[in-house]
Amino acid sequence: MNRLNTEPNFGVPGQRHRQAYTPGDDFYDALIQAHQGLTDAQSELLNARLVLLLANHIGDLDVLREALALARQGVVDVDATTARRD
Amino acid sequence: MLKTYTWPRYQARRAPELGAAAVRRVPLVIVGAGPVGLSAAIDAALRGLPVVLIDEDNTVSIGSRGVCYAKRTLEIFDRLGLGDRVVAKGVTWNVGRTFHRDREVFSFNLLPEAGHHRPGMVNLQQYHLEQYLVERAMALPAIDLRWQHKLVSVTPGDDGVALEVETAEGRYALQADWLIAADGTRSTVRRQMGLDIEGKVFQDRFLIADVVLDGEPFPLDRTERRFWFDPPFHPGESALMHRQADNVWRIDFQLGWDADPEAEKDPDRVRARVRAVLDQQGFAAIGFELEWVSVYTFQCRRMPRFRHGRVLFVGDSAHQVSPFGARGANSGIQDTDNLVWKLKLVVDGLAPAALLDSYDTERGAAADENLLNSTRSTDFMTPKSRVARVLRDAVLSLAAEVRAGRALVNSGRLSVPALLVDSPLNTPDDEAFDGWMVPGAPLDDAPVQGADGRAGWLLPHTGHGFVLLRFGLPDAIETTAIDALARGRIAVHPLLVLPPGERAPAGHAWVQDIEGLAATRCDARPGTTYLIRPDQHVAARWRHFDAAAVRGAVARATRQSPP
Repeated sequence: MNRLNTEPNFGVPGQRHRQAYTPGDDFYDALIQAHQGLTDAQSELLNARLVLLLANHIGDLDVLREALALARQGVVDVDATTARRD
Repeated sequence: MLKTYTWPRYQARRAPELGAAAVRRVPLVIVGAGPVGLSAAIDAALRGLPVVLIDEDNTVSIGSRGVCYAKRTLEIFDRLGLGDRVVAKGVTWNVGRTFHRDREVFSFNLLPEAGHHRPGMVNLQQYHLEQYLVERAMALPAIDLRWQHKLVSVTPGDDGVALEVETAEGRYALQADWLIAADGTRSTVRRQMGLDIEGKVFQDRFLIADVVLDGEPFPLDRTERRFWFDPPFHPGESALMHRQADNVWRIDFQLGWDADPEAEKDPDRVRARVRAVLDQQGFAAIGFELEWVSVYTFQCRRMPRFRHGRVLFVGDSAHQVSPFGARGANSGIQDTDNLVWKLKLVVDGLAPAALLDSYDTERGAAADENLLNSTRSTDFMTPKSRVARVLRDAVLSLAAEVRAGRALVNSGRLSVPALLVDSPLNTPDDEAFDGWMVPGAPLDDAPVQGADGRAGWLLPHTGHGFVLLRFGLPDAIETTAIDALARGRIAVHPLLVLPPGERAPAGHAWVQDIEGLAATRCDARPGTTYLIRPDQHVAARWRHFDAAAVRGAVARATRQSPP
């Protein structure tokens, strides 16, 4: 059974980076840029569409179920403290 | 007055140009005796270029400003002759720890490998650094250091720059063949020339508190930088703690844009904040005194071009970054490292003025990299929208659980030298090499033993001009060709890098690569040859020595027109 990869995994095939953080920062920057100028509702929709596209790309239901469980567990854990700031 | 530091007062001297009939012409004037201008002046003097260095003030940096000096900057300080002093006084650290609320989510090591002389980072209050630079500059007769001489007008021309300088005893004129503007964020030179600097102001405020502790949270030899997102002692914002010299600790508190800077500077209020940090971190028994308090905002911006004819902008006058990443003073000092050897060749008529355009190209690329990284850090710390904050908090929550999350936590990507891989001065590789000593990269240090039998380091054997690193002993024909290169119009100084135990015949400069690290880092085999620029960056490399190829690479690295 395939397992969810929870190790740092960003990169471009064939490229190397002097600083390990660079490809992850590139992705995060691109993600934030993708939300530029959107309303909160549009941003939520963008995130949802992105989840669905990436899930389809992964395809393997074992991996996806593991990701869903890990993501949900963290939300339940920190829910109480995050809520107070919004 | 600080408890741990007394500011020196330097004497203004009467300018010899006052009342002179003719305007004096000098090869180089540097405006601004901060860390960047002083580094430029020392570098110029060491390379044989006399300097007039003017500054409107009469002392070193006031308050708590620059803190962190990166490995590459320390290597430059070694070349300038003050590396040991900075490292001895400063606090060495390599490990940074990042916390979210009360959990550690991420840590980094700036120098994960051994075999480098200098550590990843040294913390030192800016006033100490500037004082050491001033004392070094004053020991060099080629530097005419003028305190309380204020630049009031700059008129650029085709063959030089006309300056007017105001002093307590009157105004004088000076004609500079070349002008280096190291006069900071509000550069007089930049404004006088009507030049733009573009970018953005970040809508956030930070409180700085320097405190003297009466105890040690952790021992000096295990110093770490600590960064907190949303800590219990400062909910909803971030905070940062650095140890500096003399047990002075610098704590930065993010305040948010709406904070009232005056109210935040109230000493009782600051003391309460500092007390909360110490108590929450388990240091309730440690007392403190406030050394310094200020509130700052910052901008991320750069000039479109750093060279304007005979005026060269370095450091904050040319580019400004957020403080997260220690990329301000470090990048400014690296600017001067890049610029001064080029200027010396141009002044000596050994290279065309176009070589100075490569200063703009190379350090412009470095500035873009610094701006990108420091802007990203700032965006992570101060999310600009609701969704950005949700994503940031998601990263932090994942970071406590999986390594994939940790890789995205951005609490500052600390200053590393630019690789300059796209520089027109580089000669592209013809053969394959592993590792990171690509053309444009600063040469990695390595432990070596010199001909005198003493253990030392590789980098101090470079930097005085172009250096040819040749791995292994050359034969007689190669030796003749290498010797000829040393006598060229632009000298190339040979240095043989030999395996442990091997020695070169008399007449050669050589070192033994005692741990094999120079060869490993350069992916060198016997015969491998590197051309190292005067600023210790790699210009070219080959698997075999070829004198014509070396001459071609020197010509390329100095922008000689083709024969």
